Amino acid sequence: MRLDLIPWIILLLPLLAAVLITLFTQRDRKLSAGLSIGAVVAGFILSLIFIRLNGWARPHESAVVWLTLGELQVDFGLRFDPLSLLMMLIVTGVASAIHIYSWGYMSEDRGFPRYFACLSFFTFSMLGIVLANNFLELFIFWELVGVSSYLLIGFWFERPAAADAGKKAFITTRLGDFGFLLGILTVWTSFRSLRFDDIERTLATNPHALGTLATTAGLLIFCGAMGKSAQFPLHVWLPDAMEGPTPVSALIHAATMVAAGVYMLCRVFFLLDIPGSQALVVIAWIGGFTALLSAVIAMQQNDIKRILAYSTLSQLGYMVMAVGLHGRAPAMFHLSTHAFFKALLFLGAGSVILAMHHEQDIWNMGGLRRKLPVTFWTFMVGTLALAGMPPFSGFYSKDSVLGQAYEHNLALFVLGVAVAALTTFYMFRLVFVAFLGAPKSAAAGHAHESPPVIAWPLRILAVFSLIGGFIGIEQLYGKQFPAEQVEQNTSFARQLIAPILDSPVASSTGLLAVLVGFVAAYVLYAKADKDPLPEKLGALSRAMRNRFYFDEIYQATFIRLHDLLAAVAGWFDRWIIAGLAVRGTHGTTELVGRALRLLQTGSLQTYAFLFALGVALVLYLALR
Amino acid sequence: MNVGLEHYLVVSVLLFALGLVGVIVRRNLLIIYMSLELMLNAANLALVAFSRFTNNLDGQVFVFFTITVAAAEVAVGLALIVALYRKRQTTHVEDLTTLKL
Amino acid sequence: MQDALFYIFAFLTLVFGFLVIANPFSRNPVTSAMFLVLAIVSLAGLFVLLHAFFLAAVQVLVYAGAVMVLFLFVIMLLDLKAEERRKIKVLGIVGGLVSVGAILAVFLSSLLHASLGAAESPMLDGGTMRLGKALFTQYLLPFEIVSVILLVAMVGVVLLSKKDLK
Repeated sequence: MRLDLIPWIILLLPLLAAVLITLFTQRDRKLSAGLSIGAVVAGFILSLIFIRLNGWARPHESAVVWLTLGELQVDFGLRFDPLSLLMMLIVTGVASAIHIYSWGYMSEDRGFPRYFACLSFFTFSMLGIVLANNFLELFIFWELVGVSSYLLIGFWFERPAAADAGKKAFITTRLGDFGFLLGILTVWTSFRSLRFDDIERTLATNPHALGTLATTAGLLIFCGAMGKSAQFPLHVWLPDAMEGPTPVSALIHAATMVAAGVYMLCRVFFLLDIPGSQALVVIAWIGGFTALLSAVIAMQQNDIKRILAYSTLSQLGYMVMAVGLHGRAPAMFHLSTHAFFKALLFLGAGSVILAMHHEQDIWNMGGLRRKLPVTFWTFMVGTLALAGMPPFSGFYSKDSVLGQAYEHNLALFVLGVAVAALTTFYMFRLVFVAFLGAPKSAAAGHAHESPPVIAWPLRILAVFSLIGGFIGIEQLYGKQFPAEQVEQNTSFARQLIAPILDSPVASSTGLLAVLVGFVAAYVLYAKADKDPLPEKLGALSRAMRNRFYFDEIYQATFIRLHDLLAAVAGWFDRWIIAGLAVRGTHGTTELVGRALRLLQTGSLQTYAFLFALGVALVLYLALR
Repeated sequence: MNVGLEHYLVVSVLLFALGLVGVIVRRNLLIIYMSLELMLNAANLALVAFSRFTNNLDGQVFVFFTITVAAAEVAVGLALIVALYRKRQTTHVEDLTTLKL
Repeated sequence: MQDALFYIFAFLTLVFGFLVIANPFSRNPVTSAMFLVLAIVSLAGLFVLLHAFFLAAVQVLVYAGAVMVLFLFVIMLLDLKAEERRKIKVLGIVGGLVSVGAILAVFLSSLLHASLGAAESPMLDGGTMRLGKALFTQYLLPFEIVSVILLVAMVGVVLLSKKDLK
C-alpha cells in the first residue's frame, strides 16, 4: 500500500541525512545542518500527512521479512497504532524544534557537522524504537539509541568529564539492556515468536503461557526500562549526561530517549499484566521511590542543568509508577506533556547558559528576568507546567497519574503528592534564584537575549506546554488502551475541567501540594543571596548535594569488582593465551625443528644407515 | 641335499647384506662404491635363480639389462668421483659434509 | 656333484665379498677391487650352475672385464696414498651391523617361512638363442633404450671429466 511507504520514508530520512553528512559534507557546515534539519522537519510534516490520511485508530503493520533462523522468523516492520503514531509525531516535532535550536546554539562549535550527523542518527534510532513491531527490532534500535546517546553525551570528548559521562551512560544502560535481553529470551522460549501482536494474542487466549516465569520475565524486561529511563538503581548516568550540549540534554534526556523505557513498558504491558505476576507492583514502587529520591536530591543542586536532570528523573519515576499502577494512558499522557515542557525548560536553560557565557551555577545568576525576557517567560510556562498548575498541560497529566494512584494504592498516592510538593519547591527555587532578584555576578549583569533561532523554538514549545492538556492527547491514548476507559469524544470545555470532575480528591491535593511548595520556596529563596538550607539541614543537605553518595558506593563495589575481573582476564590473556598457547606453540615448533635438524648430518653414511633401518622396518611390516 | 631355490636366495641375501655393511661402515668412497656393486650382483643372482626355478626367461632378460645399466652407472659414478677428487683432494666420506645443516 | 660345486662357489663368493669390504691385507682400494673381481667370477660360476650360460659369459666379459677394469683405472688415476688411519667409530660400525642384521633377519625369516615349491619341474635352459629371441622380439624397446642409456652415460662422463667446467 502506497500510504504505508510514508512512515518508512520518515524513518529512513534521518539515517540518510546522517550517512550523507558523515561521508560527504563534513566540511560544509551549512549543508550538514541543512540536511539534518531538513530530514527531521520533513519527517514531521510527513507524519502529519500520514496521520491525516491514515487516521488514528486503524492499527496495522507494514513489515518485511528479514531473518529466518530455523523456527525464528524476524521481520523488520513498522506498527501503526495510536501509541506509535502519536509518539512518532512527538518525536519528530520535538526533534525539529531542537534541531533548529541547535543551529543557533552550536553555531560556534568546531564539531558542528558531526553534531548534526549524530543528532540525525539519534532521530532515526528513536523513530525505530517507536515504530518497531517485534522485540528484536526494538532491541536493535534500543541499542542504537544508546550508541547515539553515547556519541552525543561525549560530544566534547576532549573534556575527560564528558568522555567519562558518555561511557558511564552507555555502560549503565547496557546493564539494563542485559536484563532486557534475558527477558526477551525468556519470552522467546515461551512463545516462539517475538512479534508483539503474536504474543498479545497468545496471552489473551492463554494467560498462563509463561507459567511461573511471568514475574521474572516481566522484571527482566523492566530492567531495560530501568536502564534507559534511569530508574533506581540505574539512575546514576542521567545527571552526568548533562556534560553533553544542552540541546542534546533537551532532546535525549528529557523528551525522547528516556521516555523510550516508559513507551516500551506500555507497548509490552500485556507481558506485565499477567494474573499472578508481581512485576507491576515492583515497577510501581521502584518508580515511586525514584521519584522521591531524585526530588529530594534536586532540592540541593546548584547547577541549572543538574536540577533539571533530577527533575527529569523524578518525572520519569512518576511515569513508571503510573504504568505500575495499571495506568498506561496516564503514563503516556504525562510522557507527552513532559516532552513538551521539559524540552522547553532545557532549551530555556541553554539560552541562559549561552547568555551567561557557559556559566551554569544558579548562584552566579540572578535578575535575568529583565535581561532575557523571552527566555524568562517561556521558562515560567515550563515551570508552571512541570509544577502542575492549571491550566498548563502538566496539571492535567499529573492529575491523571495521581488519580490513578488514588484508585489503586494510597501509599503511592501520598508519595506522589509529596513529590509534587517537592517538585514545585525546587523549580521555584531555581526561578527565584536565577531569574528574579538582583544579579549575583558580573556575567549576569551583562547578559542579553538570545537570537531568534533560539527564541522561536522556545515560544512554540511554550504554546504546547500550555495547551497540551486539553487537545485530546489523553483521548488518543484512550483509543490505544481501551481497558482504561478513557472518555472519548469529549468537548473542549469538558476536557478543560476534566480533572476536577473525574478525580476531585487527587486534583485538590495536587493543587494543595503546589501551593505548599511555592510558599516554601518563596519564603526561603525569594530574597536569598546564598542557600539557606545547608545550615538548616546540615548533614542531610550535604548528602542531598552529593546525590546520596550513590556514585561513590557503586565505585567502591561494582567498579572495584569489575577492575578485579579485568585484571584476572588480563593476566589470563597475557600468560596463558599469549604465553602458553602462542609462544608455547612457537617454542615447541622450534624445538622440534632443532631436533629434526640433527638428522641432517651431511654425512653419507648416516643417511645410508637410516635408509637401511627404514628398509628393515618397512620390510618387517610388509612381510609380517 | 638337493640344492633348491632357497639356497641360492640365502646366498644372495647374505651377499646383499655384506654389500650394505660395506656401504654403511667403510669410509673410503671407492670402497663404498664397490660394495654397491656387490649389492647389485646379489640382486642379479636372485633374479637368475628365480628365473631358473620358475621356468620364466624374464629374469634373465632383466639381469641382462641390469648388467648393462650397472656398467653405465659405474662409468658416470667414477667420473663424479674423479671430479670430486679434483675439487676436494679427498675421497674420505667424512670430509664431504657440506650438506650439513 | 652339482651340489658340491654350488657350495664351493657360494662359499667363495661370500668370502671374497667379505674380503672386499674388510680386507686385512692392506688399506689400498686396489686390493678390494681385486677381491671384487674374484667375487664376480665366482658369481659367474653360480650362474653357470643355474644354466644361465649367456649371462655367465656376459658377467665375466662386461662386469669383471670392463667395469672392474674401469674401476682399477680410476683408482690408479687418483693416485691415492695409503690413507691415514682415522679414528674408528665404534658406534658407526655397531649401528651398521645392527641395521643390516635387522634386514637380514627379516629376509631370512621370511625365506624360511615361505614355501617355494616346484623345484622338480623341468628347469629352464637359458640358451643363448632363446635369450636372444626374447630380447629382439618381446623386449626390443628396452633393448633400444638401454643403448640410449649407454650413449647418455658416455656423454655425461665426457662432460664430467673436463678439467674445468665453464
